[in-house]
Amino acid sequence: MAELPLAADAKPWKDSAAVPFIRIKNITKKFGEFSAVDDITLDIYKGELFCLLGGSGCGKSTLLRMLAGLETPTSGTIEIDGQDVADVAAFDRPTNMMFQSYALFPHMTVEKNVIYGLLREGVPKAEAKDRVADMLRLVKLQDFAKRKPHQLSGGQQQRVALARSLIKQPKLLLLDEPLAALDKKLREETQFELIHIQETLGVTFIVVTHDQEEAMTLSTRIGVMKDGKIVQVGEPPQIYEDPNSRYVADFIGSVNMFEGTVDVAVSSTLRIKSPEAGIDLLVEPVEGLKANQNVSVAIRPERITLTRHKPDGAANIVEGGVVEVAYLGNLSVYRVKLASGKILKVTKSNLLHDEEPISWDEKVFLSWSNAAGIVLTT
Amino acid sequence: MTALRATSPWRKTAALLARFGLTGRALVIAVPMLWLLVFFLVPFLVVLKISFADPMLARPPYSPLFADGSIQVTIGNYAYLWEDSLYINAYWSSIKIAFFSTVMALLIGYPMAYYIARSPEPKRSLLLLLIVLPFWTSFLLRVYAWIGILKTKGVLNMVLMKIGLIDQPLIIMQTDVAVYIGIVYTYLPFMILPLYANLVKLDNAMLEASADLGAKPMATFFRITIPLSMPGIVAGSMLVFIPAIGEFVIPALLGGPDTLMIGKVLWTEFFSNRDWPVASAVAIAMLILLVIPIMLLRMAQSKGADT
Ligand SMILES: Nc1ncnc2c1ncn2[C@@H]1O[C@H](COP(=O)(O)OP(=O)(O)OP(=O)(O)O)[C@@H](O)[C@H]1O
Ligand SMILES: [Mg+2]
Repeated sequence: MAELPLAADAKPWKDSAAVPFIRIKNITKKFGEFSAVDDITLDIYKGELFCLLGGSGCGKSTLLRMLAGLETPTSGTIEIDGQDVADVAAFDRPTNMMFQSYALFPHMTVEKNVIYGLLREGVPKAEAKDRVADMLRLVKLQDFAKRKPHQLSGGQQQRVALARSLIKQPKLLLLDEPLAALDKKLREETQFELIHIQETLGVTFIVVTHDQEEAMTLSTRIGVMKDGKIVQVGEPPQIYEDPNSRYVADFIGSVNMFEGTVDVAVSSTLRIKSPEAGIDLLVEPVEGLKANQNVSVAIRPERITLTRHKPDGAANIVEGGVVEVAYLGNLSVYRVKLASGKILKVTKSNLLHDEEPISWDEKVFLSWSNAAGIVLTT
Repeated sequence: MTALRATSPWRKTAALLARFGLTGRALVIAVPMLWLLVFFLVPFLVVLKISFADPMLARPPYSPLFADGSIQVTIGNYAYLWEDSLYINAYWSSIKIAFFSTVMALLIGYPMAYYIARSPEPKRSLLLLLIVLPFWTSFLLRVYAWIGILKTKGVLNMVLMKIGLIDQPLIIMQTDVAVYIGIVYTYLPFMILPLYANLVKLDNAMLEASADLGAKPMATFFRITIPLSMPGIVAGSMLVFIPAIGEFVIPALLGGPDTLMIGKVLWTEFFSNRDWPVASAVAIAMLILLVIPIMLLRMAQSKGADT
């Protein structure tokens, strides 16, 4: 392999001299008057596993289809490996796509489906057969080679589709919700397999997913989409810890959101008045805020401490009553109602059996540091 | 349950009828069965019976099945078909003409059906309407119209001579070429409609997936489109091939004295020679000739679907 795979600690997107492998410039796709993809500009680097995340209908599949050459952009350009692909037909592009609908050929066996791409490329039959056998073993379908797609379960069909797109090891792999139909165990195994392929072969992946947890585990970077636009691009921890909008904070993981207005900065903390919280929220100072500006403060459930007794020294403390407890094994999720009627979500680890667990209807104190609150203006 | 049955008069009647095997299900099946029995099986048996009789100068012109207290059958008519080369040749020539007509109808009809199926909606309905439009005119009239087009001083020759493509009129009428034109023209809609019904269901994602995997348009067509539309191809070809074999009007009007088709032979046997038994034998032999390959094909198909 000539190109070096992306090392785990290499971050070309932070290096201004690095040349992107894929350059998407001002790409727009309109269906009639409706913009499914709206002026997206995005650079993706060699060997990345880039996850596209976003609600249903936000244009993820459409973006992938334009990269694969199955949809013509209304405007904008796409470069793959330095080449403008506007005039390159789908069958000549160095991409393979796994379709959201799988699009398996119903008249061909699993084996024939998977070998199809290799034979079109002119790979000798014997070699192609060996590669197919290896690939089927990888997706655990070696016993199903002679079956037709309609004789397989949904998850098995999905694995055939995955195998068919992986087998040619193209420069760019486009996977549209590749793991949605798999059970948790198989999904995790396949996730690691994808990461393994990405690391050993240096293939560049763009993966669409609905599942933010999956995006967190898989990706080098995540792009969050909304209404045809990319609203934030960043590494998983950055997207999670430092969302740039209410939409992203809400979409990635669960979050408690307080509406409030900016008061004044008290020495090294920022004070935000929030009738919803019943207290003034103290957060770390943020640049560029005006007094009385409306903002939201987002707090992750795991950043909140739940206690029976009023804690000392916490920056933010509110009182409330437990309305619901959900036991999830390693942790429990509490829903706590504040005096204002607002309900907060709090997670508490079950590792410590220090005291009798807090349960329904108890009066509790919620506290968090001023580093926990994320101030969002949009 | 019992109480309900006793109170509902409909249930009572249904239970009574069911005792004689007359359930609702049986009744629904009975109507088409009766239709097939009266209009297909009975005429078939009548023809079958006549094919085993001797011709006679009588009314009807064949020997009765029951005479002198016993059943009178002869296979002489079938032996005659086998011995006289006219019949074998006519069968053979019919199959040949029907086969090539079917191939031509497929080659012309497939692109048309594909184009219609891929057209956007308002245009698609219009094109479909144009395909079935000829059915509003009598089939006979349309075949007569072809005489006007194909004859020596017909429209076709006039036009071709006007634009200087030929200087001698083409002799098309009363040749096999005219028969082919007539059959392909007449049966083309029967090829297009089942193909269209199949191709319109073709999932575009299949073609996209094929292209994405590196197949050029031609490869996609032969490896994906054609195999997936096979049921339409088989149905369309059957609908053209079967009636074309027995076709009588087209060879009679457009064909010449050399055009040998079994439909014409049958007609001559029946009306000119008034030999009903031989005509019946011709018909039965044709039926067997057609039904056996179709049954074999169906069997092969249902076997193929399982694997
Ligand atoms: N061929 C088309 N014609 C018209 N509108 C389309 C077409 N394809 C997609 N759209 C619209 O474009 C928008 C984006 O579609 P797209 O399939 O890209 O969404 P998505 O993000 O993949 O959603 P999902 O997560 O549900 O798969 C949707 O509102 C959809 O209705
Ligand atoms: Mg999609």
